[in-house]
Amino acid sequence: MLDQKQHIKLPEGSIEKNTTTLNLGPTHPATHGVFQNILEIDGERVVSAVSTVGYIHRAFEKIAERRPYYQITPLTDRLNYCSAPINNMGWIMTVEKLLGLEIPKRVDYLRVIIMELARIADHLICSAVMGVDTGALTGFVYLMTYRELIYEIYEEICGSRLTTNIGRIGGFERNFTPAAFEKIERFLKEYPAALTEFETLLTRNRIFMERTQGVGAISAERAMSYGFTGPNLRAAGVDYDVRIASPYSSYQDFDFSIPVGTTGDCYDRYQVRNAEMWESISIIRQAMDKLKGLPDDVYHADVPAYYLPDKKDVYTKMEALIYHFKIVMGETEILPGEVYHSVEGANGELGFYLISDGGRSPYRLHFRRPCFIYYQAYPELIKGSMLSDAIVCMSSLNLIAGELDA
Amino acid sequence: MSLTNERIQQRLTEKFGDVLTGFEEPFGMLTFTAQKDYNLKVMQFLFDDEELRFRFLTDITAVHYPERKGEELCVVYHLHNFVDNVRLRLKVYTPVAAPKVFTATSLYESANWMERETYDFFGVDFVGHPNLIRVLNVDEMTYFPMRKEFPLEDPMRTDKDDEMFGRGGHF
Repeated sequence: MLDQKQHIKLPEGSIEKNTTTLNLGPTHPATHGVFQNILEIDGERVVSAVSTVGYIHRAFEKIAERRPYYQITPLTDRLNYCSAPINNMGWIMTVEKLLGLEIPKRVDYLRVIIMELARIADHLICSAVMGVDTGALTGFVYLMTYRELIYEIYEEICGSRLTTNIGRIGGFERNFTPAAFEKIERFLKEYPAALTEFETLLTRNRIFMERTQGVGAISAERAMSYGFTGPNLRAAGVDYDVRIASPYSSYQDFDFSIPVGTTGDCYDRYQVRNAEMWESISIIRQAMDKLKGLPDDVYHADVPAYYLPDKKDVYTKMEALIYHFKIVMGETEILPGEVYHSVEGANGELGFYLISDGGRSPYRLHFRRPCFIYYQAYPELIKGSMLSDAIVCMSSLNLIAGELDA
Repeated sequence: MSLTNERIQQRLTEKFGDVLTGFEEPFGMLTFTAQKDYNLKVMQFLFDDEELRFRFLTDITAVHYPERKGEELCVVYHLHNFVDNVRLRLKVYTPVAAPKVFTATSLYESANWMERETYDFFGVDFVGHPNLIRVLNVDEMTYFPMRKEFPLEDPMRTDKDDEMFGRGGHF
């Protein structure tokens, strides 16, 4: 009666009990508390699966229809919370595109730095968790130190760690402090050695290879058809990266390559992520070099009508007070328009489809969330594999519950 | 030579004529509207044509315009041509009373969940969809929450006793 009660279509043949129905999740440690998968297993082999998205849906798109633009940034934090700054920047850039704002180069480079740090933090967690799910806890505990370092950098820049709310429309809320740059330098100095060590631990580890190679493989055609983007698509051999295809935030000024895999299995996804971390480190280095030639006091565009003024100016300057009031009360003029902007999120193309009718809030806002799209392919990826492979496959897809459910 | 918006528009008008209207390019993305019975045909053409090759479905969503009588719901498709790196936006308007639109699942696997999401929030009935059930909300839900007739609660309302909700009032 399971199917009637839950309105879930069980696979054919499940009534004749040659197979067992097994709930993988939502309380399994590997399913992050929300994903439910009803598996039909024959012995240990997965015959078929039905995935349901967990019910933590928070209606961000609806909430966004009531909020002024600058108040939507905190909502985006909670999509892919492993790399919140990328979401923040993506949203802010969408609004800037709609408003037609010109952003100074230094702000662009600072954004690139913060986005690449976020990408590293996200990939680091994903790769480390893949280790955990194959039985290697050491790498995870070891790499946590470096995520901590990245979080300290966020903290130095914006005051918070996980849901960062970094950035404002037009730039950053405050300038990067020397301490922030010191921490970035420290990260750049220390992390490569740690990553090398992590790779030594896992990449050629016989157990890890056996557990991931040939597991959850998807061909390039299927991946394209399923709408895969990001490392999961690149692991299948398609070199599509939004940073290259439609550059934003001065990515065209940087020299980096797109790592691609060949087989699209869990091992390739792991490899692509690790290779991307190296690329990210190189991008941050380049950005730090480029910053040296620029004046170091520019951290936002000169757009008083959209950029929230400094608090001390609000108390002392009439103009700032007026602009502050107008922005906070949502009375700034926003032109009607329709814009789609996407950024290369840590796990794929994160798109923002925004329709403005000239009101204080978006008329409609839609997030194109890569996780939501990957999870659909999960039953196909694990079909025919072992039960333990299903666990590895899930962590290799880098599914983030917050983004899945928006 | 890479594919330009003009070229796409020219190819589409040659093929479909008056079926497609409202060509524009907001922020550089070619946007147009198809008559609602033609959405699948247009997408099929965009997919199959050797010059156009829009073989990646980026996104499906809908927008509710209550004031547009007879075409209240607008289903929006974002398609992407990876080879020439061109994106386009296809819109289909449908009445909210009978929001029937053909499914794109035969062309793109990814359309499956995206359409379920659109159904879940707007009630767009994708004809031919293999499993059109809610995906993010509970199955018992009887309405489509992203439609404009369900506004969020007015934050300025005063008839509610805030003290009961742990905010405002006197402690």
